[in-house]
Amino acid sequence: MIVNPVLAVVHNIGDEVLPFWPFVIATVIKMLVVFTVYMVGVALLTLAERKISAWIQGRLGPNRVGGKLGLLQPAADGVKNIMKEETLPGHVNKPLFMIAPMLAFIPAMLAWAVIPFGAPLQTRWGIVELVVADIPVGFLFVLAISSLGVYGIVLAGWASNNKYALLGGLRSSAQMVSYEIAMGMSLIPVLLLSGNVTLSQIVNQQASMHVWNVLTLTISFFVFLVAAFAETNRLPFDLPEAESELIAGYHTEYSAMKFSMFPISEYANMATSSALMATIFFGGWDIPFMTRDNMVAVSWPWAILSIVIFGLKTLFFLFVFIWIRWTLPRFRYDQLMSLGWKFMLPMALAYIVIVASVMLALDYAGLPRGFLYGLALLGVNAVLVVIAFFILDRGRIISPAYGRATPQQIARLRAVSTSRSQLSPQSGD
Amino acid sequence: MAINVKVMERPIGQVSYVRATLKGMATTFKHMIDPHKVTTQYPEQKETISKRWRGTHRMLTTETGKAKCVACGLCPTVCPANCIKLVPGEDEQGNRYPLVFEIDEFRCIFCGYCQEVCPEEAIHVGRHYENSEYSRDGFVYDLERLVAQTHPVCEMWDPADPKGE
Repeated sequence: MIVNPVLAVVHNIGDEVLPFWPFVIATVIKMLVVFTVYMVGVALLTLAERKISAWIQGRLGPNRVGGKLGLLQPAADGVKNIMKEETLPGHVNKPLFMIAPMLAFIPAMLAWAVIPFGAPLQTRWGIVELVVADIPVGFLFVLAISSLGVYGIVLAGWASNNKYALLGGLRSSAQMVSYEIAMGMSLIPVLLLSGNVTLSQIVNQQASMHVWNVLTLTISFFVFLVAAFAETNRLPFDLPEAESELIAGYHTEYSAMKFSMFPISEYANMATSSALMATIFFGGWDIPFMTRDNMVAVSWPWAILSIVIFGLKTLFFLFVFIWIRWTLPRFRYDQLMSLGWKFMLPMALAYIVIVASVMLALDYAGLPRGFLYGLALLGVNAVLVVIAFFILDRGRIISPAYGRATPQQIARLRAVSTSRSQLSPQSGD
Repeated sequence: MAINVKVMERPIGQVSYVRATLKGMATTFKHMIDPHKVTTQYPEQKETISKRWRGTHRMLTTETGKAKCVACGLCPTVCPANCIKLVPGEDEQGNRYPLVFEIDEFRCIFCGYCQEVCPEEAIHVGRHYENSEYSRDGFVYDLERLVAQTHPVCEMWDPADPKGE
């Protein structure tokens, strides 16, 4: 077996590296399959959004193209968007205006390269990892790449040379920068627990512990979930494109397929975030209630089952994204900022300290990293969740646009209103 | 800094957005799985329209198939939108009939005055609404076309029977 030293570095598993040609062929196949499934999935996601929104609103949704479920609706939309007139306003910065939609879309897709979508497959030539690129930096790569997504939106807003678009772009940059910190911080407990940033190692850790991270690191999951909503510009955090205030925000000046790239990139980001949540907090391709150790390579049926499980977990989060969108109204800008900076960030930071202390105590007590270890963390979490719920439930944290009126001020206001009502007795007839 | 606004003291159950969010999500989920949908699949399904619906005009005819109109000129006079064009003619027996009778359905406001004023019960507004055309000219209905309409006509409101029973 010829072991290519470069591939050995790329492949962090190292012990059983595929020979050169099987590696290349497997990688090409994985790239093609992931790209195709991903693009079709994103297209169908637009349909899912329209269908679910319709059902929630008591309507039927698209059902004219492609049967009762409207399965060809994305194709019809695509054809429509390609046929439409492509406007290029005279006042825009042309190169940036053209490049912005691509910059918005590509990072969302790139992040998929590192997400493991199935259990390692045992083949005749060696173990095939079901991930396009199992790079050692793992979710650091995802965080770095998803941060790039903001460039597309900011450049679109800037290049449009339009007040609304610029405001949308600025809002988006402020929002993404604020929530990225909370997102990064929420992943540190995961890093502490798994001791590795590689996503496949995180999945293995959850599989070997028999407890998913959502149970051992619940607060982290909630912070990550909220931050993911903010990062993908989904309602209730869609301030960059707030229709009621900013027309269409950063994509006001766009038309046809260039416009369509922004919604597509939004859905692509949703899919990526959902897959990340499934991987980091819900055990990735780990098959639930299966006691056999998932760390060894598996045969075809198990690999396919693990891919299906991963797909179901991802679909669940995609549904949650859509469900939340059609439930919650948009945040006010100051509420968004105060939620991010005054609540999410301190909570994530405090949680790092708590998790680190608990883990230190458990390690000191000599508890092995296994099921009991997870249960101990779960118990700590239950207490923390109750406390966090109690604090959040006060209803005062994210609506700070008022100060408390003192009793004297209230008395003065009352006096003003009574004197007014005495002055004009005819009013209010 | 913050503006001082009077804040009502309310029980936490009313101001908690966590509970409100969960309640809202429960509501939307209930609506999503509820099989009852309000959509009317329009070209296949149609809502029933009122008996007093005032839509596309129709000219009623005598048993011989001639328009009942006697070209008295009341309908163009009463028409608030001025959309009826009537040129009267007279045959050898001295019976008046319309030489030209045109209604511009685009200008018509479907008030139904023409039907109310007509002494011969000739012109009617009808229980019909699907009249789309490719050109504006297509909306000018001449006598022949008005006679050719077959849809049911509007029933005028009867003060003696206000609910139409």
